[in-house]
Amino acid sequence: MSAEVWTWIIVLLTFALYLGIGYWARVRETTGFYVAGRGVPPVANGAATAADWMSGASFISMAGLISFLGFDGAVYLMGWTGGYVLLALLLAPYLRKYGKFTVPEFVGDRYYSNVARVVAVISALFVSFVYVVPQLRGVGIVLSRYLGVDVATGVWAAVLVTAFIAVIGGMKGITWTQVAQYTVLIIAYLITGVALSNLLTGNPIPQLAFTFSDFAVRLSQLQVELGLNEYVKPFQNLSQLNVFLITLTLMVGTAGLPHVIIRFYTVPKASDARWSAGWALLFIALLYTTAPAVAVFSKYNLLNTLANKPVEEVQQIDWVQKWSKTGLLKLEDKNGDGIYQITASRDTNEITIDRDIIVLSTPEVAKLSPIVVGLVAAGGLAAALSTAAGLLIVMASAISHDLYTRIINPQASETTKLTIARVVILLVTILAAPFGINPPAFIAQLVAFAFGLAASTFFPAIILGIFDRRMNTQGAVAGMLVGLIFTATYIVGTNYLGWPRFLFGISPEGIGTVGMLLNFLVAYLVSRATPPPPVEIQKLVDEIRVPKGAGQAAEH
Amino acid sequence: MSALESYWRENLSLIRNLLIVWALVSYVLGILLAEPLNAIRVFGGPPLGFWIAQQGSIYVFVILIFYYASRMAALDRKYGFED
Repeated sequence: MSAEVWTWIIVLLTFALYLGIGYWARVRETTGFYVAGRGVPPVANGAATAADWMSGASFISMAGLISFLGFDGAVYLMGWTGGYVLLALLLAPYLRKYGKFTVPEFVGDRYYSNVARVVAVISALFVSFVYVVPQLRGVGIVLSRYLGVDVATGVWAAVLVTAFIAVIGGMKGITWTQVAQYTVLIIAYLITGVALSNLLTGNPIPQLAFTFSDFAVRLSQLQVELGLNEYVKPFQNLSQLNVFLITLTLMVGTAGLPHVIIRFYTVPKASDARWSAGWALLFIALLYTTAPAVAVFSKYNLLNTLANKPVEEVQQIDWVQKWSKTGLLKLEDKNGDGIYQITASRDTNEITIDRDIIVLSTPEVAKLSPIVVGLVAAGGLAAALSTAAGLLIVMASAISHDLYTRIINPQASETTKLTIARVVILLVTILAAPFGINPPAFIAQLVAFAFGLAASTFFPAIILGIFDRRMNTQGAVAGMLVGLIFTATYIVGTNYLGWPRFLFGISPEGIGTVGMLLNFLVAYLVSRATPPPPVEIQKLVDEIRVPKGAGQAAEH
Repeated sequence: MSALESYWRENLSLIRNLLIVWALVSYVLGILLAEPLNAIRVFGGPPLGFWIAQQGSIYVFVILIFYYASRMAALDRKYGFED
């Protein structure tokens, strides 16, 4: 059977599995809808968090991105994993002990202020919406590349599947589909990583092959011979300051992203939240330590097979023909010497490799069975769908729980709350679909925006809420607003208004760190100049610092 | 000092120590000293600075969290604060 038939079969089977789990886990009460009834075992929550966190881009584009950035790709590797250390040590157990439903709820209650609550709701909605668009688009692209449907149909398929699971199953449905989605995506990623590693180094474990073979050095030398950058040399694409700041922004942003934080509300106990963060990072690390190996092996293989080789020889390779058709691989003998040269200059370069090809072409390059091609497609879909679902719950709960129930109508019945949450999910996916079909050109910058914002607003507000008993409304609101306005102004100014990077050449992706520091500073100064929080809030802070009693908090 | 205060103090010092390791591995070894460390190739494989930034640091992060969870479980027991 052809790869396309296998892909259809595997994609339809996995979609059916997700829908089946979504239906099995359908819920009728808000605790089930928002926090999966708080009955998720830590290991399962770790797998669900890993799927929630690893987006379509992590699966399809990250290895390619690293292979083009070389050393500097470390900003993604360290940035998107190191944040879990912050989550586990500074946030997860305390938020779980506090034991309610959402991040804006913690901010609103801890700072006894609806102003703080609304600032948090707006940030949560913005961050999540910006993040859901590329996920829907990711599904559209995978379906169009592998199955030949057009991108719009693919995006609507994504909307249908995620909305169905989230609407009927809420957090419970999402959790258990995410566990299934993690399984699918990690199997797909590891199969290709193992095969490629085995093919090139004879060592089937990519992490060990990366560590104990000299492939990275050989790739580095090959790139130098071809006139490209030294692969292993730091700070070729980003300055040292930017590598530092982008890594820190991605770490702190990860710890401040609401769809990641709320996953820790679903475990039974506060101590489970600590273990669960460890499992989440272990599951994430399986993919994140395979990716740099895949990056090195496939780039070495691509350059070695294509660069400075005769045109006729290259044109006979199967996967070259196939990927040339998709436009992801462009070969053009510009100087007509019968040989393909790769150079650093756009005018003379004859080999253009789209970075998505690094992961997508691996099964064929490593001569794997067509079943694996289908699996990789299903893996990419699983990664994008699981992240989209997690984001939908954040938006639904921010509007129905924090805005409607806590501010507009505190007497709302259980049924009304659930209906509103479900309608919000439907509306949001329908609203997001057109953006996924025709994405605004600046979508990648928007993702940087989401991280910068999470880093400069949520993270300091939550940390101070737990670790600084003296922090009050005035301090927290002033800090969030300063962080938000500073970060947003810098990103919008340097990206769209043509401003120079006026602050030490800091890139907009890394500015969230500066926004976060400003937030901490302003919050501290303002809080010390204004009255301390009420006694019952100080008691609440003491209360969340010990795990004991987390079970009772869940009964509220 | 109340039990809560000394529990919190021990928790904070554990967090501080682990965050020092976290920052040392990622920011000091992985970024600030990446260039000089690249002169060393310990495993006969990739240069050390590159390896820490792209691989080693992630292993350390995983170990840090599991270590924290187990130490805190012991601390909860010591003070009778288990949930």
